[in-house]
Amino acid sequence: MTSKYETHEHDVLIIGAGGAGLRAAIEALAQGARVAVVCKSLLGKAHTVMAEGGLAAAMANVDKADDWRTHFRDTMRGGKLLNNWRMAQLHAQEAPDRVRELEQWGALFDRTENGEILQRAFGGHTFKRLCHVGDRTGLEMIRTLQDRGVEMGFDVFMECTITRLLKDGDRVSGAFGYWRESGNFVTFKAKSVVIATGGIGKSWKITSNSWECTGDGMALAYEAGAELLDMEFVQFHPTGMVWPPGVQGLLVTEAVRGEGGILRNKNGERFMEKYDPKRMELSTRDVVARSIYTEVKEGRGTPHGGAFLDISQKPAEYVKRKLPSMYHQFKELADVDITKGPMEVGPTCHYVMGGIRVDAETGQSSVPGLFAAGEAAGGLHGANRLGGNSLSDLLVFGRRAGLSAAEQAKKTAAAALDDALIQDAERQALAPFERAGGENPYTIHHDLQEIMQNLVGIFRTDEDLRKALVEIEKLKERVKKTHVEGTRLFNSGWHLSLDLQRMLTVSEACTHAALARKESRGAHSRLDFPKTEDEWGKKNHVIVKKGDAMSLFEVPKPDLPADLQQILAEDK
Amino acid sequence: MADATLRIFRGDKEGGQAVDYKVPLTPGMVVLDAVHSIQAHQAPDLAVRWNCKAAKCGSCSAEVNGKPRLMCKTRMDSLPLDQPIIVYPMKAFPIIKDLVTDVSWNYKVNKKIPAFKARAGASWKFYQSDVDRVQEFRKCIECFLCQNVCHVLREHDKKDVFAGPRFFVRTAGLEMHPMDGVNRIPLLKEQLGIGYCNITKCCTEVCPEEIHITDNAIIPLKERVVDQFYDPLTMIVRKISGAK
Repeated sequence: MTSKYETHEHDVLIIGAGGAGLRAAIEALAQGARVAVVCKSLLGKAHTVMAEGGLAAAMANVDKADDWRTHFRDTMRGGKLLNNWRMAQLHAQEAPDRVRELEQWGALFDRTENGEILQRAFGGHTFKRLCHVGDRTGLEMIRTLQDRGVEMGFDVFMECTITRLLKDGDRVSGAFGYWRESGNFVTFKAKSVVIATGGIGKSWKITSNSWECTGDGMALAYEAGAELLDMEFVQFHPTGMVWPPGVQGLLVTEAVRGEGGILRNKNGERFMEKYDPKRMELSTRDVVARSIYTEVKEGRGTPHGGAFLDISQKPAEYVKRKLPSMYHQFKELADVDITKGPMEVGPTCHYVMGGIRVDAETGQSSVPGLFAAGEAAGGLHGANRLGGNSLSDLLVFGRRAGLSAAEQAKKTAAAALDDALIQDAERQALAPFERAGGENPYTIHHDLQEIMQNLVGIFRTDEDLRKALVEIEKLKERVKKTHVEGTRLFNSGWHLSLDLQRMLTVSEACTHAALARKESRGAHSRLDFPKTEDEWGKKNHVIVKKGDAMSLFEVPKPDLPADLQQILAEDK
Repeated sequence: MADATLRIFRGDKEGGQAVDYKVPLTPGMVVLDAVHSIQAHQAPDLAVRWNCKAAKCGSCSAEVNGKPRLMCKTRMDSLPLDQPIIVYPMKAFPIIKDLVTDVSWNYKVNKKIPAFKARAGASWKFYQSDVDRVQEFRKCIECFLCQNVCHVLREHDKKDVFAGPRFFVRTAGLEMHPMDGVNRIPLLKEQLGIGYCNITKCCTEVCPEEIHITDNAIIPLKERVVDQFYDPLTMIVRKISGAK
């Protein structure tokens, strides 16, 4: 009995239309499934579009010595060995095929002199490995996948936000949401559901993430009973813009350093010599972000509190060709000509390594019928992600999740939607209109961003994290009292008031896990526990909902098989 | 710094009016920053589309002081601040609310264009010089400002017979792809209505990605249509042989 609502029925429902969601949709369609893709923005605008530097795959087009083993080793070492080894192996092995596939669907990567896909250097990668299109690789990828999916015939539901996963007994059977445009409610019925909703960066004040990155999928899955993995690991990209204020946090691609960009402090010192003399600017992101942060904290920052990043030693034409959007971004937004002088950059919240805990092969979560891929899933990147490994992650595990979800759908009869759950979801969604005199959701969002930025940032302490948990509790109470004005028609304040609930869930998960991990590893740096401890390297954190509370426990990391151990031991 | 006044359209398909908002200026502020500030402090239900705030997604298209622009790329200090800055939704598309318009027509047109399909026996070795031309078209972020400003759509509302510059750019990217094996020239003539374009270059002028839409996409496509359908010699041969 769901006739009260607009209802759509499919075999596979995919939530999110970035790289992972679209790749999952294409694979599910290829299996003959009827596929729905639901996304909060217009099709083709997902956060993947902002990916700049490239897509890591051991194609060995430029450096002939590259192979999946080296890519596997780089990924594991970059992740401080906390990665799910099987995911890291599959990722390294399958990424080249996923790139070739993109090319065969019409993507046009930059070329080598002998007519192959060009690859560039990036932090933590032993070889030149990033397939790219100037500095707009994400756009090329999303447009290619979008065109392919549209041609194959998925049903796309744009500007539609899911607020609840619906279950039939233990198993996920669909989702409830609203059309952003009209404010009307809609339900989706499906045999399997793939979460591909991306990251959580919008809980921090300085972030490279778009408004969409509110941790929806992780919060929805958590509410539905799924496990979240290693949520303490949040990546701060070393180079975001720091000036002017309106663009603070906006991404400055690692490709600037990949193409030879040099970092200096206000005294002109090339400070990476101190922190990682071997890899310098192309050290891993956790190291470079901490280095810039430390330089600024110790009084050697630039006028606007960052570091100088300089590519102007390269010919102007080269810079404009390889980094066109950086050139325009700085020229138009910051009045800086990067072919003539340095940029000012500083760390910005960029990516979450943690996410929904899934099976490596299938993307299956702990809840029957529920799959996850891309940034919304955890495991591949361990304690720190290498640049370029995200776009390849989306393709490799988007495909795997789409495949498994379609196979699952084939052997499953349609489940029912629970009317009581739907009514509850509707009540919850409409509550902000019905309350009088509550707070403006924008104020609460602002406060959350301050708290996460100041207390759950690059460097963490027991005291700060405990304080953050107290503050998050207060915000949860305040969110319950938000009030929105106006009608349901494209009401941004209403949308934010609902997004806030999910932002608070993932912020709390991140803070809990950060408090529990009493060591420093990768992107998680504790001032009170500065060492990386072997004992902590043997376990992952899992968060699950128990009653109304968040429950955190440790699980032993799966043992690495002997052949992979040997690859890791090789020193290259 | 001083305040600026934004005069923003508030309303929906039933109608509406411009409303003035005072916003404190900050260094380097763009119009979208000002709109966000209004949302946060004065009008939480103000509707605006945006995503990346970095001119990469093409969501925040609007008309600023009458000019089609991306709000995230339009600096406040590039506008005369002694008078209100007028921000209106794109005119060529139906209004939904405030600055948000219904651009779904574009997605319908897009479906008419067959996607890339490799020609038989394509070798996947090709060179930068083969792709330079197409990479220009692939820069398109689908902001639809070119569609908004094109007089065939804006003034004459020929949406049922004319695809608009965005989709000529997409088609050009496919037709000039070194590996593509589909012929979209009949489609261009018959369904996408390329003949309606009289190359006034309005689209090129507003493209935030600086794609040479008219010169590099539309004119070469028009030439291909002419070659395939109106070349006198081919027409005679066609007539004699009875071929279509």
